[in-house]
Amino acid sequence: MDILKERTAQIGRAGIGAASVSCGKASTAGSVSQRACVFCGSRVVLYPIADAIHLVHGPIGCAAYTWDIRGSLSSGPQLHRLSFSTDLREMDVIHGGEKKLALALDELITLHRPQGAFVYSTCIVGLIGDDVEAVCRKASEKYGIPVLPVHSEGFKGTKKDGYAAACHALMKLVGTADVTGVSKLSINILGEFNLAGEAWILKEYYRRLGIEVVSVLTGDGRVDEIRRAHGASLNLVQCSGSMTTLAKMMEQKYGVPYKRVSYFGLEDMAHALYQAAEFFADEPRVLEAARTLVKTELKELLPVLAQARAKLAGKRAAVYVGGGFKAISLIKALRHLGIATVVVGSQTGSPEDYETLKQISDPGTVILDDSNPVELARYCRETGADVFLGGVKERPLAYKLGLAFVDHNHERKVPLAGFVGMANFAKEVEETVLSPVWGLR
Amino acid sequence: MTDLRNENTPHAVSTTNPCKACTPLGAALAFHGIEGAVCLLHGSQGCSTYIRRYLISHFKEPLDVASTNFSEHSAVFGGKDNFFSALRNLNRQYQPALVGVATTCLAETMGEDLSLYLHELSKAGDAPELPPVVQVSTAAYRGTHADGFHDAVRCLVEQLADPRTEAAGPGVLLFAPLVSPEDLRAMKAWLADFGLEGALVPDWSETLDGGPWQDYTPIPPGGTPLATLRAAPKARAWIEPGSILGGAVKTAGTVLRDTFGVPGHRLPWPLGVKASDAWFAVFSELSGRPLPARLQGERSRLIDSLIDGHKVVSGLKAAVFGEEDLVAALTGFLAEVGIKVVAVCSGGGSGRLAKALPAANVLDDSDFFDLEKNLLGVEVDLLIGNSKGHKLSKALGVPLVRVGFPVHDRFGGARIRLLGYAGALALFDQIVNAVLEHRQEENPAGYTYY
Repeated sequence: MDILKERTAQIGRAGIGAASVSCGKASTAGSVSQRACVFCGSRVVLYPIADAIHLVHGPIGCAAYTWDIRGSLSSGPQLHRLSFSTDLREMDVIHGGEKKLALALDELITLHRPQGAFVYSTCIVGLIGDDVEAVCRKASEKYGIPVLPVHSEGFKGTKKDGYAAACHALMKLVGTADVTGVSKLSINILGEFNLAGEAWILKEYYRRLGIEVVSVLTGDGRVDEIRRAHGASLNLVQCSGSMTTLAKMMEQKYGVPYKRVSYFGLEDMAHALYQAAEFFADEPRVLEAARTLVKTELKELLPVLAQARAKLAGKRAAVYVGGGFKAISLIKALRHLGIATVVVGSQTGSPEDYETLKQISDPGTVILDDSNPVELARYCRETGADVFLGGVKERPLAYKLGLAFVDHNHERKVPLAGFVGMANFAKEVEETVLSPVWGLR
Repeated sequence: MTDLRNENTPHAVSTTNPCKACTPLGAALAFHGIEGAVCLLHGSQGCSTYIRRYLISHFKEPLDVASTNFSEHSAVFGGKDNFFSALRNLNRQYQPALVGVATTCLAETMGEDLSLYLHELSKAGDAPELPPVVQVSTAAYRGTHADGFHDAVRCLVEQLADPRTEAAGPGVLLFAPLVSPEDLRAMKAWLADFGLEGALVPDWSETLDGGPWQDYTPIPPGGTPLATLRAAPKARAWIEPGSILGGAVKTAGTVLRDTFGVPGHRLPWPLGVKASDAWFAVFSELSGRPLPARLQGERSRLIDSLIDGHKVVSGLKAAVFGEEDLVAALTGFLAEVGIKVVAVCSGGGSGRLAKALPAANVLDDSDFFDLEKNLLGVEVDLLIGNSKGHKLSKALGVPLVRVGFPVHDRFGGARIRLLGYAGALALFDQIVNAVLEHRQEENPAGYTYY
């Protein structure tokens, strides 16, 4: 199977002296990229904010395909699980959609009484030139809630630009509420979307460390919590691709420093806790609590992993996920199960991510940026991968080729973050890799 | 869901929880039913990926949809370069027999002229290397996925049918309705049952419900051969199922009739006893054979079972939702078994649904918010439609029988049966069992014999 010449620089191998993997480029036309668009980037980041209206301004498709799409749980309101659209028609495209947008905001805000609203611009809104800012400003004044435009026209860059557009919308919320009473020992958790309740697991860990979580951006998110986010002493950024923009803006405007963390796997989860402890070093009890927590959790977890490893050792994995940082964590997590990663890639990894991947992967591991099914299939076959870690779009490809599959995308129902998540991960890998169905092919 | 009972709000502008998808999705599905074809969407990357993901959630099969991947530059200066690169790259990686191109709302709003581009390409002398292209205009602001589907099927016939073809005619062309691969397989079996030569257009019975691969297969096997489409003007006859067909004036069937003089029949979907009888009467007429024994057996088992189960469902009230042709067909079948349809909801807005169902409470161009509101204070026992009705089913506390597209919260969307006698029976089994399960759960005695 041919590799497209435009893509050769985005395919590399791990090893000393290997060339860098090119990334951050627009997808090649005609390559069946696993990426979505700018709108998708914004939509996934803001999606979990549960007490806001998420109104998609455009024809119906963009709203239809993102209705209840993530497994982001809310402990309260469930507005995020509804699909709202201006459902633009031909006459709106000809005459402009501003009036329809204003009326849509009127009826939705009146009916649902949200704490805020996000208005997503889709491709053609950018083209017909609706003044979405002005409509949002008027609605905001009229109803006394933040109504925030999200500049997410699909063609204006890649999914990563959509993350940035979402961060800019969030930045308009941050800093708009009183932060009296916020503890000095406080953090925000950025880039955590509460899939299968993962944010709750992490919040509990930080509670055990004596750290207050001011807001999670955006898992189980609430408008009022985000408004107070600037009161936290530290931002811990997971899914750095999506949320570093916000962390940087908050550092600049409010002096809140940030650290990059990951909550997948043993080392990274423990490291995330120690990083917080290190930051609050003048409170030694935090470090003490972190040590106790890690020790307690590992005592339970290590025997589970040893059992799984005994059954899985020697298997090979292919990893293809949204962000590069997550891929790094997954390689480490798989090693605990005795599984070597032979193919690794991401939709939107950064140059630093790919450098790290090159260094931590076993020599010869195939590294892919913004890959497509033809390449994924080819390299899975070439490397003899047994199990694929990816999302919905990769799953049927893996199954057709006879590879086991672990869903590491936003539809999953089982938490994979934290120490408990690592145990779930081991169980899921075991269940799929060791299933008798593979013997029937 | 928000309690609508305490609200009195006009709902006229926005769409909440849509009962439709966008037009290019329908086109993508149609192109996946052509042998060796690859679908290319002309517009932003997201359209392809979202549509892939949505279709995969239903079919559970690899489903590649390529994109010309517009950037800001292409949105300003036009997508010609992207279109050409996409065709070349697809050709290189997939070696397709056909590229089916559907435009997105972005390209449509920009006024992209694909015919002009293709003409330019053929003048540049580059074309012989490239596979044939069929293009369909699918602006998402006009119609639903059902419209996109029917338009794509029409374009396939319009642009590929070649009256000068030397090949033999394909016999009877059955145009596929928006149903599952399992139903499509049943339709093909009917042709064989009647000894009729013919083909299904398009045909995703294998491409979207196939077996494991020994080797990587970029384009899954199956689908209507291109030769069949080329020879369409020599077809004996065509049958087009549907009383709505997206409201289109011109369809694949009318093109065959008006351009090439091929006679045909447009019939409601063969769902239920009478609709299937009407369908098979046409098969009898075309083949000169009576209803084959196998189908006779299916028919008697269906009627016998409808009698066996009638008391469970008699007088029940149901709401149905989905594509216009689906809900029209379902309503016909439910009337046959004594289930009263209290609301018929579709995101489609052809205007033909109310005419097809003059006695029904038709909510067309509607969404799940409209349906829920319409059902306030109305007694309803059962919902029949796609997975998108789950929230409503939960809110109302009544079972949902999953049919149509998409079904992504249950297994086997590709194998849901509706059509013909056996299809109706499979649906009836589902309905009766959904009602029984609900009654058993609700009843404190928990009866074990029904």
